[in-house]
Amino acid sequence: MTLLPEKTEKKLGLVIDLDTCVGCHACVVSCKGWNTENYGAPLSDENAFGANPVGSFLNRIHSYEVSPADKPAHLVHFPKSCLHCENAPCVTVCPTGASYKRVEDGIVLVNESDCIGCGLCAWACPYGAREMDPVEKVMKKCTLCVDRIYNENLPEEDQVPSCVRTCPAGARHFGDLGDPNSDVSILVEERGGTDLMPEQGTLPVNKYLPPRPKNQMDDTDILAPYLEPIADEPDGFFKWLDKTLDGI
Amino acid sequence: MHPAPSVIIFTTLSGLGFGLLAFLCLGYPSAGGIVGFIFFAVGFTLAIGGLLSSTFHLGHPERAIKAFSQWKSSWLSREAWLSLFALALSGIYALGRIFFDIDLAIIGFLSAFFCVATVFATSMIYAQLKTVPRWNSRITPITFLTFSIAGGALLAGQISMALPLLALSGVIQIVSWISGDKAFAKSGTNLATATRLTSNSNEIRSFESPHTGTNYLLQEFAYRVGRKHGAKLRIIGIILAFGMPIIFLSIPFSHLIALLAVISHIVGIFVIRWLFFAQAEHVVGLYYGKR
Repeated sequence: MTLLPEKTEKKLGLVIDLDTCVGCHACVVSCKGWNTENYGAPLSDENAFGANPVGSFLNRIHSYEVSPADKPAHLVHFPKSCLHCENAPCVTVCPTGASYKRVEDGIVLVNESDCIGCGLCAWACPYGAREMDPVEKVMKKCTLCVDRIYNENLPEEDQVPSCVRTCPAGARHFGDLGDPNSDVSILVEERGGTDLMPEQGTLPVNKYLPPRPKNQMDDTDILAPYLEPIADEPDGFFKWLDKTLDGI
Repeated sequence: MHPAPSVIIFTTLSGLGFGLLAFLCLGYPSAGGIVGFIFFAVGFTLAIGGLLSSTFHLGHPERAIKAFSQWKSSWLSREAWLSLFALALSGIYALGRIFFDIDLAIIGFLSAFFCVATVFATSMIYAQLKTVPRWNSRITPITFLTFSIAGGALLAGQISMALPLLALSGVIQIVSWISGDKAFAKSGTNLATATRLTSNSNEIRSFESPHTGTNYLLQEFAYRVGRKHGAKLRIIGIILAFGMPIIFLSIPFSHLIALLAVISHIVGIFVIRWLFFAQAEHVVGLYYGKR
């Protein structure tokens, strides 16, 4: 049913550290690989070697330039995938019941054999987390690697989402955000993790850790005072030249 | 938003069709026999043609029957049920009217109710979306309903009702454009709330897109073609949909002039519906620096 559960037993989700992400897109590639070879319709590409390749992905990395008035500008790599919202608008709009949120762990999934490909769930999602597959014509979205995290045939260290397992920087964390004592909840608490677009009322489970404040240059460089200009005003020949040029 | 022709045809034609059926089922005009048959045939053709058109944008139209299952939460599912009731009941009413010349008043009233309810459900599919601030407003169902009722009165030949309804629709459309143009800024969603990297959206911009080509999101939500002609198209839409029909209906009646009024109205509504989609901006565009 596309009515949302009142409460889920767990709130499995991701915590993404924007301070650590280096923007390598390894998670994008591993996500595409795992989700093409395993559960559900493969993530297709159209015209992959042509002039205008288009394909479906469940995870995409944006990059933003932040330039605060009083601090140095910096670049932030910004991974974005389904946030498995508690109040998921994509689920309630679905006319067929293909979209649903699981009671046991809060994962939002699509039953592909019920999906009519109307696209309304993608319209309802503010984050762009759902993409229609160009070949299969069904809605694709992050499954939180539901076929890995409970898969006891895999070694224990692989029983996490593919993106988390792959990230070389350790910028992605997986766990139960409904448990205040879980590692991910503690991390969110310590680092001031935030919700994206809170005004949309979606109550996302995934959290984003903001970049740590950058050090200021003048606090760290003890030699800097010796390199400051000695004379602000020119003297001698340059004083004369300055005056003469001003007079012309 | 991408203005898919199938969805524009659907909302325009089915809105008119259900509007016409509502008037016919209430006995305006109370024609039976061949005249009644033609009126009902036009109504059913528009309503059913529109509904069929909407299935063309589905990825899997063969599973469309499943869309009846989630009426508890989904406006799209409710629309499916309401349109089924509207068509079935007005079909029964039409049979009585055409072949037996009887007025099944209660069924007629119920079918008019379900016709209007169907148009309301259609409008709520758009109005419920917080992600498209221009649509997420009470004015969206108001415009859809007045258009449907005014168009229905026009097609049913109810000139005395059509004239004020057309004028009212034009005014409501202009009001919705004025409020809609401010809706995105008013929604409070911007790149700062989308990323939470700063509190001031002037301090952040998209540096690099996640992909060099396009994708489903950009094709579906960041449609910007033809926006520069928006102001001109609005004037053209208002003149064709409401201005011309009002002028045509004000001069002495002939069937040719009535036909011209109907054609002008339909073309005008197509233009306005195209703008409804093309000028609507989805918040996901913020992530790409495109709206």
